[in-house]
Amino acid sequence: MSETTHDSAVGVTPPPSPDDGLTSAELAAKYGLSVSGARPTLPEYVRQLWARRHFILAFSRAKLTAQYSQAKLGQLWQVATPLLNAAVYFLIFGIIMGGREGIPGGQNRYIPFLVTGVFVFTFTQTSVLNGVRAISSNLGLVRALHFPRASLPISISLQQLQQLLFSMIVLVVILLGFRELPGFSWLMIVPVLACQFVFNTGLALIMARLGSKTPDLAQLMPFITRTWLYASGVMFSLPYMLTKHNAPDWLVDVMQGNPATVYMDLMRYALIDEYGVSDMSPLAWPLAVFWAVVFGIGGFVFFWKAEERYGRG
Amino acid sequence: MAVAEQTERSGATAQSGTKTEAQAERTPAPWVPTVVAEDLHIVYRVYGGAKGRGSATAALNRIIRRKPGGGMREVHAVRGVSFTAYRGQAIGLIGSNGSGKSTLLKAVAGLLPAERGRVYTDGQPSLLGVNAAMMNDLTGERNVILGGLAMGMSREEVARRYQGIVDFSGINEKGDFITLPMRTYSSGMAARLRFSIAAAKNHDVLMIDEALATGDKKFQKRSEARIRELRKEAGTVFLVSHNNKSIRDTCERVLWLEKGELLLDGPTDEVLKEYEKFTSK
Repeated sequence: MSETTHDSAVGVTPPPSPDDGLTSAELAAKYGLSVSGARPTLPEYVRQLWARRHFILAFSRAKLTAQYSQAKLGQLWQVATPLLNAAVYFLIFGIIMGGREGIPGGQNRYIPFLVTGVFVFTFTQTSVLNGVRAISSNLGLVRALHFPRASLPISISLQQLQQLLFSMIVLVVILLGFRELPGFSWLMIVPVLACQFVFNTGLALIMARLGSKTPDLAQLMPFITRTWLYASGVMFSLPYMLTKHNAPDWLVDVMQGNPATVYMDLMRYALIDEYGVSDMSPLAWPLAVFWAVVFGIGGFVFFWKAEERYGRG
Repeated sequence: MAVAEQTERSGATAQSGTKTEAQAERTPAPWVPTVVAEDLHIVYRVYGGAKGRGSATAALNRIIRRKPGGGMREVHAVRGVSFTAYRGQAIGLIGSNGSGKSTLLKAVAGLLPAERGRVYTDGQPSLLGVNAAMMNDLTGERNVILGGLAMGMSREEVARRYQGIVDFSGINEKGDFITLPMRTYSSGMAARLRFSIAAAKNHDVLMIDEALATGDKKFQKRSEARIRELRKEAGTVFLVSHNNKSIRDTCERVLWLEKGELLLDGPTDEVLKEYEKFTSK
């Protein structure tokens, strides 16, 4: 019966052949077989990733819309969430704790200062927090389909970029309300966001690899990012508060050089007229590029090094 | 029994004539290996499944004493499996639940890293499975598009095949369900859509993981026909099934896995006879 039903030209056990003495590796080499699931070279990996660019984009968009799909207000939360965040910080730090002191341009500039800071920091923060879970929360997908795994953290930071663009609409309305009118300096938004996006992606890639190996990081990271938030001068003027407490100059320089502060300061500098060059690190622009390049390339290579192991979970 | 099979499979037998012709003009050297597995071991690391107490003090104790695998348990799913598959073979994988069949296929596909040993394959093997997880909070429509893009199709290709995939899945037969989130689908519907997405592409080395078992009779017929089509193009086919009849219909060689070890590897009839003896015990 098997002869009639099995439509194969070959049988089950091979006849004696010169291949019999070969080891598996030699046999594989002879017939041009490759190790399954082996890590591609770095240029090959970049090429594969480029080929999946539409997947990355579609994935980030789908995740963005799915985020609030179960809420009644739906996509309105895209804008409401950052706004509510800013309101909470305004109440606590602006009014109760007196963070409005020492804001460039005076106390009435506090709201644009705060909202810009919150939105820019949230961009980095959520990229980190979601990056940690990038592999572990999509393990089913990783174990089912072939695609370069870096697609996942990259699309996460792309999703956050799109979220930020929603927030920017709110920001523009607030700025106009405070008579901060659009000018040529607003064009600086583009290079600042580009640098921050690359930095965030690198960070998300690093976090994704660490998080796939150590799931505990997902519990730990919210505390680290919150510490980072308070240390970055999101809701108060960093140099003013530090000098008020007699901190040495070098400490002010170091604190102002941290990537989150650099991107926030540059964004404030671009959007708020009263925010001058003297209010941020003198090395803000070189640092913005430096952090982007170091984390962007470093994070990518770091992630790629473990490419073949992500399925294990 | 054989008679009943013959009549049921009349479609398949009608095709087999043309197929053998195609086979004859292909494969000038019939013994070309396509998949070589060498002493393959797969280990899952599971968190939260630790033996002993899961209390905080127990966890701390483990960390302080630097015991390996604190809070983590290792599951040795595949233990030292070796085999060589050749071009033109259809190989069935049998064994009781949890014997490592799906894990083995995932490792051959390169989706699960091997703990020890190696798998060599000809090109990129593809796995058609019911476990191919999709994104449950997204609509069926989005899942079709994302699945296609993730498999490496271009946007145009996805757009071209979209209607075919939806029609094949039959999701829209009872109303406009493709625009609903996947989490609202019944398990059968979700499985049908997943299979339809995965089957939309042509594959070199093809592995089918119980995909035939899902869905109603009509869908099973349709997917069997699609698998036959895919087989014609694929060099080697692996089939996991608990249905001995469908193994007998499609495979001439069977690997029998039990507790992660390769128990038997041989012609379908011989292995199935042993397997049936084992299961009827």
